[in-house]
Amino acid sequence: METKPSEIVIELDNVEKCFGQQKVLNGVSLQVRAGTTTVIVGASGQGKSVILKHMLGLMRPDSGRVVVFGQDLAQSNTKQLRDIRSNFGVLFQNVALFDSMSVYDNVALPLRERTHKSEADIRVDVEEKLALMGLEDHGAKFPAQLSGGMQKRVGLARALVLNPRVVFFDEPTTGLDVSKSNEIYRLFFETQARLNYTAVIVSHDVPKIFKLSDVVALMADGKLQGCMSPEAFQLSDNPLIRSFVLETMGPIYSSETEETLLYETL
Amino acid sequence: MKRFNAEIVVGLFMLIGFSCFAYLSLKLGDVDLFGSNSYHVEARFGSVAGLKLGANIQIAGVSVGKVSAIGLDPVSYDALVQFEIDPDIELQEDCIASIRTAGMIGDRYISISPGGSPMLLEEGDEIFETESAINLEELISKYIFDK
Amino acid sequence: MNLIATLGAETLRVLELLGRFGLFLLTCLYCAVTPPYKIAPIVRQIRFIGAHSLFVISFTGLFTGMVLSLQGYYTLAKFGSVGFLGAAVSLSLIRELGPVIGALMVIGRAGSAICAEVGIMRNSEQIDALECMAIDPYRFLIAPKLIAGLIAMPLLTCVFDVVGIFGGFLVGVELFDVSAGAYFQGMYSSVGWHDIEMGLVKSVVFGLLLVWICAAKGFFLHLERDGGFGAEGVSRTTTSAVVIASVSVLVWDYLISAVLL
Repeated sequence: METKPSEIVIELDNVEKCFGQQKVLNGVSLQVRAGTTTVIVGASGQGKSVILKHMLGLMRPDSGRVVVFGQDLAQSNTKQLRDIRSNFGVLFQNVALFDSMSVYDNVALPLRERTHKSEADIRVDVEEKLALMGLEDHGAKFPAQLSGGMQKRVGLARALVLNPRVVFFDEPTTGLDVSKSNEIYRLFFETQARLNYTAVIVSHDVPKIFKLSDVVALMADGKLQGCMSPEAFQLSDNPLIRSFVLETMGPIYSSETEETLLYETL
Repeated sequence: MKRFNAEIVVGLFMLIGFSCFAYLSLKLGDVDLFGSNSYHVEARFGSVAGLKLGANIQIAGVSVGKVSAIGLDPVSYDALVQFEIDPDIELQEDCIASIRTAGMIGDRYISISPGGSPMLLEEGDEIFETESAINLEELISKYIFDK
Repeated sequence: MNLIATLGAETLRVLELLGRFGLFLLTCLYCAVTPPYKIAPIVRQIRFIGAHSLFVISFTGLFTGMVLSLQGYYTLAKFGSVGFLGAAVSLSLIRELGPVIGALMVIGRAGSAICAEVGIMRNSEQIDALECMAIDPYRFLIAPKLIAGLIAMPLLTCVFDVVGIFGGFLVGVELFDVSAGAYFQGMYSSVGWHDIEMGLVKSVVFGLLLVWICAAKGFFLHLERDGGFGAEGVSRTTTSAVVIASVSVLVWDYLISAVLL
């Protein structure tokens, strides 16, 4: 993996953002390289979602730059922004499915609005993605009729239907039990292997795929701490990272017979 | 099937809405959708006090048209009134147009008394015999002194 | 000093709000007139705003006409001119009550629903999701509602007027024995195209106003001063959208009357 660094897809350069008096982002810098998986962890309310919204162009930084595909988002007009976003797929924290549309229509929506494909071609694409998620029998249902885990899968199908280059996951496993969140991560790996997209995952706890990610960063004190490989992250002597690792990873990993890790950090 | 229903519902709504609109504008708003081929004649009155645009024109109490314009002759200071007469009504050259009032405080309307001349009025012609708006006092004095 | 600062802050807030709402309207209108045109969403919205309001509009129209006739009859009877009943009922319906009461009913029925729907979509990140899917939320969500409002309101107003005139006829002619001829003749001779035009202008303006205000309140839910979050935020914003829309309808009613009379 270390052989040849791939091109930089997203670059945050010293981004700052204030809400009223509160400085939420205080000089955030991050580089996301093509084909990698970046995990941003941090306690709730530290501004992880704010970083995500900056990458998506939903918020503009007070200072600093957000560069996506070599283009500064703050300098882009609506049309350029739209062109950039057509390479994005997003799985929102509360999925954000359109509750007045059926599952099929939800997944078909990006195709209908963004492409000029015929309804028959759209059907092929949508059914392929639904089958990938194991949802082929649920196309006619409405989101409210599905369980939380299934909704997440519909959201993932919708995020992937245009074969995006970058997929963002905002708290992909929040509110799901262990088996459901394992299912989501299994689907994540399957689809990433197949579609070869760049992934940015934001999570308040340490996700299961921690070890399989390429870059891990901790959001604390308005800055991204770390931005290093998972192995280095676990052994980092940055006090913020250490306390986060102890708090969140300890119990999870000990329960999964990886006590060694816990002892090491202790 | 569901989509189909939606379209029928909206279609029905549009139909009801437009028929109500048609009723209002054609029946009440005096809009000539089909460009009726009614013809216009003019008449001069000493006074048209109280006469409004769209006022009825009647012969023997039957409505035959309406007032389509009211203006002032800048030279003689007469009131110039344009009548819009239904196409199947023939007016003789010597007919008399008078302004009347429906009831005590009712609307003013035009009453036309047919004449006997063989010459018929055409588009743009003028009725020369007119009676202005009369008020009660005038009527009484006329009755007393003319006899 | 503090007072002056508060005043200044409040002024700036209101100016910002007006600017935001104004831009919102311009963007929506721009989206409404530029291609690609999609008919299906507009049809769906006309069904919701227009067709589903038909019943409540007919009902209120009927009773408005009936009560106008009832009150009008007693007033006119004092002056012995019940012949004006048709004119009085139809003129008040066509010029004032049809557009205004119609708009208030549609605000209560469809406007609140529009605000809540858009607000919930904002709250549950559905609007962000649209943005991230590179779908213009103005074009996709709001423009069809705006067009539907502009089409549906005048038609609903016409229905209101006609049903109201019929209601007036029922009370005046069937109950009080005013002659049907006098009722309709008085109506035909006193109502002109000018009156109907005024009613139409009003209803189109009200249709625009109500969709605009309700949709914009929902769309900018997250920018509400006391936080438009959660179910309570949606309900509070919907209430204020209905109040603001109703008040604006009455204010604009006066302005249009003053200009067009």
